Amino acid sequence: MKPKAYERSIDPATRAMLLKAEKEGIETAWDRYEKQLPQCSFGQLGVCCRNCNMGPCRIDPFGEGADKGVCGATADIIVARNLLRMIAAGAAAHSDHARDAVLTFKKMSGGEAGSYGIKDEAKLFSLAAEYGISAEDRSKEEITAELASALLAEFGKQEGPIQYTRRAPETRLRLWAELGIEPRGIDREIVECMHRTHMGVDNDATHILLHGLRTSLSDGWGGSMIATEVQDVLFGTPEPRKATVNLGVLSEDKVNVIIHGHEPILSEMIVEAAEDPTLLKLAKEKGAKGINVAGICCTGNETLMRHGTPIAGTFLQQELAVITGAVEAMVVDVQCVMPALGSLTGCYHTKFISTSPKADFPGTNRIEFHEEKAYETAKEIVRTAVENFPNRSPEKVSIPDEKQECMVGFSAEAILKALGGTPTPLIDAIAGGSVKGIGAVVGCNNVKVQHNYGHVNLVKELIKNNVLVVTTGCNAIACAEAGLLVPEAASMAGEGLKGVCEALGIPPVLHMGSCVDISRILVLASAIAKALGVDISDLPAAGAAPEWMSEKAVSIGAYVVSSGVYTVLGTVPPVLGSAAVADLLTRGLDGVVGASFAVEPDPFKAASLMLARIEEKRKALGLKA
Amino acid sequence: MKEVMVRPERCMGCRSCEIACAVEHSESKSLFAAVGESPSPRKRIYIEYIPEHAASVPVTCRHCEDAPCTTVCPTGALSREEISRKVVHSPELCIGCWTCSMVCNYGVIGRQKEARVAVKCDLCPGREVPACVEACPTNALVYAEVKDFSGIKRAEAALKLARGMKPGSAL
Repeated sequence: MKPKAYERSIDPATRAMLLKAEKEGIETAWDRYEKQLPQCSFGQLGVCCRNCNMGPCRIDPFGEGADKGVCGATADIIVARNLLRMIAAGAAAHSDHARDAVLTFKKMSGGEAGSYGIKDEAKLFSLAAEYGISAEDRSKEEITAELASALLAEFGKQEGPIQYTRRAPETRLRLWAELGIEPRGIDREIVECMHRTHMGVDNDATHILLHGLRTSLSDGWGGSMIATEVQDVLFGTPEPRKATVNLGVLSEDKVNVIIHGHEPILSEMIVEAAEDPTLLKLAKEKGAKGINVAGICCTGNETLMRHGTPIAGTFLQQELAVITGAVEAMVVDVQCVMPALGSLTGCYHTKFISTSPKADFPGTNRIEFHEEKAYETAKEIVRTAVENFPNRSPEKVSIPDEKQECMVGFSAEAILKALGGTPTPLIDAIAGGSVKGIGAVVGCNNVKVQHNYGHVNLVKELIKNNVLVVTTGCNAIACAEAGLLVPEAASMAGEGLKGVCEALGIPPVLHMGSCVDISRILVLASAIAKALGVDISDLPAAGAAPEWMSEKAVSIGAYVVSSGVYTVLGTVPPVLGSAAVADLLTRGLDGVVGASFAVEPDPFKAASLMLARIEEKRKALGLKA
Repeated sequence: MKEVMVRPERCMGCRSCEIACAVEHSESKSLFAAVGESPSPRKRIYIEYIPEHAASVPVTCRHCEDAPCTTVCPTGALSREEISRKVVHSPELCIGCWTCSMVCNYGVIGRQKEARVAVKCDLCPGREVPACVEACPTNALVYAEVKDFSGIKRAEAALKLARGMKPGSAL
């Protein structure tokens, strides 16, 4: 019988560390998942309501027991309300991240965050221009301050529009306005989700879900887009560069500092502090050959995109990094950080350092991070890691060999630059049929799917069929680990796509960044649609989240579909307890926003669904099959 | 033979057993597909709530040795399997007279609405452990031989007695 590690992941480095965990009696997310089985059916179907204390109520999915909650809410209402709350949480996570980025930007402009500066001046001016902030006779500082205030105002806006929604094609904007789903303000939509789902407020499934679309748009074209843009101004707009990924990037003889979470505000400073001469000297004194910073999840993607900082792994590899026994500090900020890291780091010498004023975990060394003293705090964090190096037990250390080279840094700007400044060459390739279309593959890991199996197989299938793939988040890291983010991976692509990649010297799978950077995909899609004079929903494009798990992914799925892109989910969302809601999401939305969801756990079948949709769109545009 | 034994003090009333039972007896045997099936799959285990004790109790066929339902069934639809000793039901012989329901001491012979025939626990043929037992998150349902189950109960009772013998003992 094959060891469990083989069933749990397709990645050799992950398997090796799972075997080590088993040998050492260490529990991981996969073990905890097994203990959860079988999972609650009511929860899986979304028919449990805990929104008031007359409950909890739930609906019998087989029609023998209760068909309504105490208040009279049916399965349709309960499922829709629960889904709306998931969207609200996801949009809140992205947008609150954005708020912190803007606050840092504002503090920087007021001279209160001296560790930060402006790295992309051109973007600063272009963003300011979008807000109608005149650059004439004004200092950079004045423009920065005014832009910061304008961006910050997006969160508390009451009547809209959120400025960056104006980047969408005219037809899309009109559609949103007609449907009444144009977002009015980032915080307002999220607050309204909580109001609507309170006992006795919004009790019509369609009405509830339309607000879900509006809220998600305030994320995609609001919070997430603002986060991306401000981070580009502060830290630089990514450009193509080489880097390495997977657990093998951890060093045998250097101090290993993992940065895990989502915000570059912290990780940028850690990367800088790791090059501080005094800390490097201290590392030498402690017997280390240097300081090695490696990322996990999207804070890793942020520094990977801008500095080529290596990435140690995807979401499900966070525990495995600690299990190598070679990590001096696991430094975390917010989102997708497992509380299990507390007891796990206790089994090794690893310091678990929490930094966000918003997020603490069991068993942490708390070093709270504030922009005013960013660099000093980052140095303190790195120092803590360096001083921990002598505590590493060589007999517990086993670092997998696997590390894979990748080419990253494909911001929308970088892609346009690679194409020679306009989307025309890509459009020509699509029109000519050498590239069939664009696949946006994103999302998390989920223990319900063999680690990276969904990601890698879906993407391979798409490129084989001449679909250019753009990727972010954990899908991007999974693809990097599988060697799909190198120009040589063009050999795995169909003839047409292969030719285009070879001509441009790019991989067939383009890493566009972190999960908030899915906004870059929206910007790119919008640019292509505008160049063609069509709506986003007319493009031969499709999206997928093969291993999604978080509420953020629900918000992403909703804004991608609301923006007009058909999206295939690899794990089943908790909506099947309502046939009406499931039907609306998988069929009805096509007639509303020109795109819908599909659910398909098999990555090969999911690819077929995407290809079929792309062919359908090609046909409608009059392009050859 | 192994029986579905109940430890009512552990039941939280979550009805996971009921859903798992219905899914196991659906066409697809998958939760997500079963919710759309017609006719709806029927459960054969029931959570009964006793308000005065604020208690939930799972009730299912006891597969009685001298089963009244098999005795009264006029067509032989209900019978005892010789080897497994299970009380089994053949829907093709069932005439829907409900005599069995009248004599069952546990009220666990239900009705398949569309086909108008009886439905009852079959201990999930083809499964090592019945679906209801597997689904129970608190082990309120145990699939065991009576002698083993009683052995556990005896051990628990003995432990209580032993504690009584040595006051303050942390046994």
